[in-house]
Amino acid sequence: MATTIAIDASGDGTLTQRSAFWLFMRRKSTIGVLMVLPLLAIIAGLVAYPAGYSMFLSTLNKAETKFVGFANYLFLFKRETFWMVVQQSIIFALVAVVGKAFIGFVAAHAVNTIPTKGQRKWRGMMLIPWVIPPALSTLGWWWLFEPTYSAINWVLAEIGVDAIPWLSDTFWARFSVILVNIWIGAPFFLIMYLAALKSIPEELYEAAAIDGANAWQRLYHITLPMMRNIIAITVLFSIIVTFANFDIVRVLTQGGPRDSTHLFATYAFRVGIESNDIPLGASVSLFMFPVLAVLAFLILRNVRKRAMEL
Amino acid sequence: MADVTLNKLVKTFDRTEAVCGIDLEIANNEFVVLVGPSGCGKSTTLRMIAGLEEITEGDVLIGGRRVNDVPPKDRNIAMVFQNYALYPHMTVAENMSFGLRLRKYPKAEIKQRVVEAADILGIDDLLDRKPRQLSGGQRQRVAMGRSIVRNPEVFLFDEPLSNLDAKLRGQMRIEIKRIHQKVRTTTVYVTHDQVEAMTLADRVVVMNKGRIEQVGSPSDLYHKPSTRFVAGFIGSPAMNFIPCKLVEANGGLAAKVNDTISVPIPADRSDRVRAQVGKELMLGLRPEHIREQRADDGATGVACAVTPDVVEPLGMETMVYFGLNGVEICARVAPEASPNPGTPLTLSIDANRAHLIDPSSDMVL
Ligand SMILES: Nc1ncnc2c1ncn2[C@@H]1O[C@H](COP(=O)(O)OP(=O)(O)OP(=O)(O)O)[C@@H](O)[C@H]1O
Ligand SMILES: [Mg+2]
Repeated sequence: MATTIAIDASGDGTLTQRSAFWLFMRRKSTIGVLMVLPLLAIIAGLVAYPAGYSMFLSTLNKAETKFVGFANYLFLFKRETFWMVVQQSIIFALVAVVGKAFIGFVAAHAVNTIPTKGQRKWRGMMLIPWVIPPALSTLGWWWLFEPTYSAINWVLAEIGVDAIPWLSDTFWARFSVILVNIWIGAPFFLIMYLAALKSIPEELYEAAAIDGANAWQRLYHITLPMMRNIIAITVLFSIIVTFANFDIVRVLTQGGPRDSTHLFATYAFRVGIESNDIPLGASVSLFMFPVLAVLAFLILRNVRKRAMEL
Repeated sequence: MADVTLNKLVKTFDRTEAVCGIDLEIANNEFVVLVGPSGCGKSTTLRMIAGLEEITEGDVLIGGRRVNDVPPKDRNIAMVFQNYALYPHMTVAENMSFGLRLRKYPKAEIKQRVVEAADILGIDDLLDRKPRQLSGGQRQRVAMGRSIVRNPEVFLFDEPLSNLDAKLRGQMRIEIKRIHQKVRTTTVYVTHDQVEAMTLADRVVVMNKGRIEQVGSPSDLYHKPSTRFVAGFIGSPAMNFIPCKLVEANGGLAAKVNDTISVPIPADRSDRVRAQVGKELMLGLRPEHIREQRADDGATGVACAVTPDVVEPLGMETMVYFGLNGVEICARVAPEASPNPGTPLTLSIDANRAHLIDPSSDMVL
């Protein structure tokens, strides 16, 4: 109130410097910016600074003594392993995400048919893979796959099937890594899709049943269109997370056999930390950036479109 | 075109019995309204006709065919839902044509039917819109359009107007009536609004607690209710129920309310109630049948001196509330009588319109 009086008192229309400052402070946008400032500071410290620093690192030589410009990137382009990693990351992300989305979708339907009373416990149980720290659960999987004591192979042997080289054969190693990723990630899709399913009014299905739609037609004409947005967002979001995955490969295969399961993150770790070429590792990890940026852009656009439709 | 028959229809959910044995015959092209208080089983009955709810016991026949085990799509019915249930991702035209497209009708015919229905409903210019771009009344029309294009044998409506505001509801009510006159089809219409029931129906089915209380034309229900429930449910404000005693008087019978008020029972009804002489009964009187004294009241007008507690002027009429025999009575008085709270007033009861109700069975005698 004091400021209002001060403005009134000046009378002739010129504002004192002090009250102008307070007016500026009182504007909604100013207050808003001030309030998010701490968060911006944290983001800057935890995201922007490391990102900027790794960009800087990627322009140095191995000993970090000399500026080499784009030499690290050009070097990577000539490495066959690098292109393998690019290919593997894409395959890994696409197959795993499609698998997670599909399994999540089917499981969501299955859970949705369970009467509400029993549903809680099933939902809880199906979430377990998602809430265990991935490094730990992957260790569990490693124990199931691991050649000498493989529990899965033991079961296979019991029913007369030859042992499968889960982690030592290129195909099976890739298969195992993707399988574990699906196992961990599918519950996220399950929960998202279950929520989406529950938000579709029952009346739409009843109307469709009267209109003559069978189960497949209801799925195709009602469920899928009603879930389109949530499917798009979860898939895009999951591609980002999956693409940048580190712990599963690190624990299960360390990128082997012969680098055939490396992803960007694990390869960057191998090159940067294990082989002691931090600038090169930084360059590898920076290659993820454009891919993720495009995906993030798509997500944001999708969210905005969705918000406008409501 | 088909008639609908319900035979001893029963529906039980887990433990609760929602519908307990309903018998009803709905003639071809008839407009039947199911009305009753919330939870009385109207929707459940309708949904059993539609095939959306499994039938616990009894039969539903459409056009003489037992359809208990026929899926909704093969019953040749169309339903309008309370929340319209329009497909949000389809345009109005797509919504309306969905059923026909699934049934693989030729494109030209689909188009023609959609255009015709849109024409009847006055939504021609909305065909390319999505439901979210429509107002409540327009969505309502689209929902009806979706039913009309199918050209079904039976129309089912579940409280189609309850999401609209009072004014729009009035308009749509007239609209529905107009459409039914144009597209004559057997119609079952569920509502808890008795005005909708009275204005739309050829026949009204009053339901209560899963049972049918009475079936009849709107005027039958108003003039000849058969149970206390129907008497109290139909008509607004509701009928007054005044404790009284049936006595013999002047060679006839009379319902004695107190020492000064005694309502003679018309001779044609005396025989029916003679057995109840001496018993405590209820006198059922609609507010509009307790009014100011008039010159032409004649012999059936029973004078009744009261002191109003509350007076509600509504413009074209004035509601007068007063206590009698321990119950609050509502009377409908012409504004010219200018009643005042606390000022004694003599009203006239129309003895011909009085109903006698047996409180032990709740039946109208
Ligand atoms: N799916 C269900 N499971 C259990 N009970 C139900 C179910 N559907 C309805 N009921 C019960 O059956 C009874 C009748 O319900 P119904 O929906 O037919 O009432 P209604 O007459 O349509 O009421 P309203 O005017 O409120 O729509 C109610 O007591 C209700 O609680
Ligand atoms: Mg209902």
